Amino acid sequence: MSLRVYAIAYLIFLYAPIALLPIFAFNDATIIAFPLSGFTTDWFGELWTNTSLHTAVRNSVFIAVMTAIISTLLGICAARAGAMAHFPLKAGIMGFIMLPLVLPEIIVAVSLLVVVVQIFDLGLSNWTIIAAHTLICTPFCIAILNGAFQNLDPSMEEAAMDLGESRFGAFRSVTLPLVMPGIISSMLIAFTISLDEFIIAFFLSGVSPTMPVYIWGLLRFPASLPVVMALGTILVALSIILLTIAEILRRRGMARAGVADKGGFL
Amino acid sequence: MWQKITSSEKGRGILLISPPFIYALVLMAFPLAAIFLFSFWTQDFMDVDTTFTLNNYREIVEKPIYGALLQRSLYVSACVTLVTVLLAFPVAYFVSFHVRPERKSLWLFLITIPFWTSYLIRVFLWKVILGFNGVINTGLINIGLIDEPLTFILYNVNAVIITLAHAFAPFAILPIFVALEKIDRSLLEASQDLGESKFMTFFRVTLPLAMPGVVAAVLIVFIPTIGDYVTPELMGGAGGKLIANMIQTQFLALNNAPLGAALAIVAMVCVTAISLVFVLLNRRWLKGRS
Repeated sequence: MSLRVYAIAYLIFLYAPIALLPIFAFNDATIIAFPLSGFTTDWFGELWTNTSLHTAVRNSVFIAVMTAIISTLLGICAARAGAMAHFPLKAGIMGFIMLPLVLPEIIVAVSLLVVVVQIFDLGLSNWTIIAAHTLICTPFCIAILNGAFQNLDPSMEEAAMDLGESRFGAFRSVTLPLVMPGIISSMLIAFTISLDEFIIAFFLSGVSPTMPVYIWGLLRFPASLPVVMALGTILVALSIILLTIAEILRRRGMARAGVADKGGFL
Repeated sequence: MWQKITSSEKGRGILLISPPFIYALVLMAFPLAAIFLFSFWTQDFMDVDTTFTLNNYREIVEKPIYGALLQRSLYVSACVTLVTVLLAFPVAYFVSFHVRPERKSLWLFLITIPFWTSYLIRVFLWKVILGFNGVINTGLINIGLIDEPLTFILYNVNAVIITLAHAFAPFAILPIFVALEKIDRSLLEASQDLGESKFMTFFRVTLPLAMPGVVAAVLIVFIPTIGDYVTPELMGGAGGKLIANMIQTQFLALNNAPLGAALAIVAMVCVTAISLVFVLLNRRWLKGRS
């Protein structure tokens, strides 16, 4: 019982900061502190008229979409290889691909910065950020897709091939529909990570900042803080919606694979 | 040739794993090697002098500021790890042992949500909570526990530790939870049947079996925290800057990338060495208990 109280207190600790966001986003004062003064929606209104913010959001969404697609494709390759095949050095190669999960982000950022700018003398652009975000998102995608791929019964694909499908045809018409919820869930997670990532984007962004880099700039000016709170409220709401969809799909994917396991298919 | 590769399961496995493997090789291993090489070069105004030299490392050893920053960083990472894992263990234990199976994924989902949302803004909000006119100070003054705002909770190392411990919480809970889930519940019954109290069962059966998860949690919190410069920048004040801030400054403001690279290498080596020692110290919990 006391353990339950502790766990709930812990959840409150986890949610305390983001619970404050909407409070200050609707508060009619430029100083982010208590006591509150009154209700206003002005800060949200300012978001609509701020064109440099719109550019930053467009950049971030483009980067996040590309990252989601590429890292999920790489994740599908790795998860399928991990689930189906045995090959030399499997554990070592898998561990190597998962390594960005524990690599400090600043190390990823500075090492790519050195390679891109100092060694190849290329300019920084949205694509350098996409490349780095794909690197750090792929392990998360693999972790999610593993759940979808590992429970799959390989005999179903074999059955499709026996019935005349090509190997790719069997994958496309049998496996793909079964792992689809996992794929979408993986893309949503990668999208959310990329959209929110700051440390790497700060080093690798070119002339036009991403949304977190833009927010970082705003945090220095006290006058713009309420607008940041309004923006944060929208972002938190958006992430919760995306993550909830991702979670529902992930579970549905597991359920699909689980049902398939019982063999009531043929 | 193509036929030969795709006809065996082994060949298809290698073919499938190649794209993610090559990607990690080109975008992680190659840049890490490059930064290592780079740390032996020197910055000469706008150009990089590519003669091999240990000058960067010499400067890091000789100037006390780097040693001090590194020490403080390792101290902060160690504190964050300790606090995070200690606070997280009971939660993981609760979810694994006291939550009904169908509710477990809901709990895990609730725990991970804050982790995915607006990192920068979350850090900033801790400033609002811990600040001079912040939530904690206003609250404590209103209920009459203190007369003046507490000042030791913002713009110092404590504030950095609290904020980082909050940011890394789910990272610690998940591996411990996975380890606890794997424990065969009949072992606990057996221990109690043989006369151990619930308390001793926890220390002699549950905890040793959960150690692989605890070790994983320690590594997954300790290693990445060294690379965070946002939290020390916003929360640390003048005395709370860490090695990551210095790396960032060298690369972006001072335009001395080789020295920054050397600092990054030194920080990585320290963290890796400490992690290896930690794993070695705990190896008796890790082997043969999969």
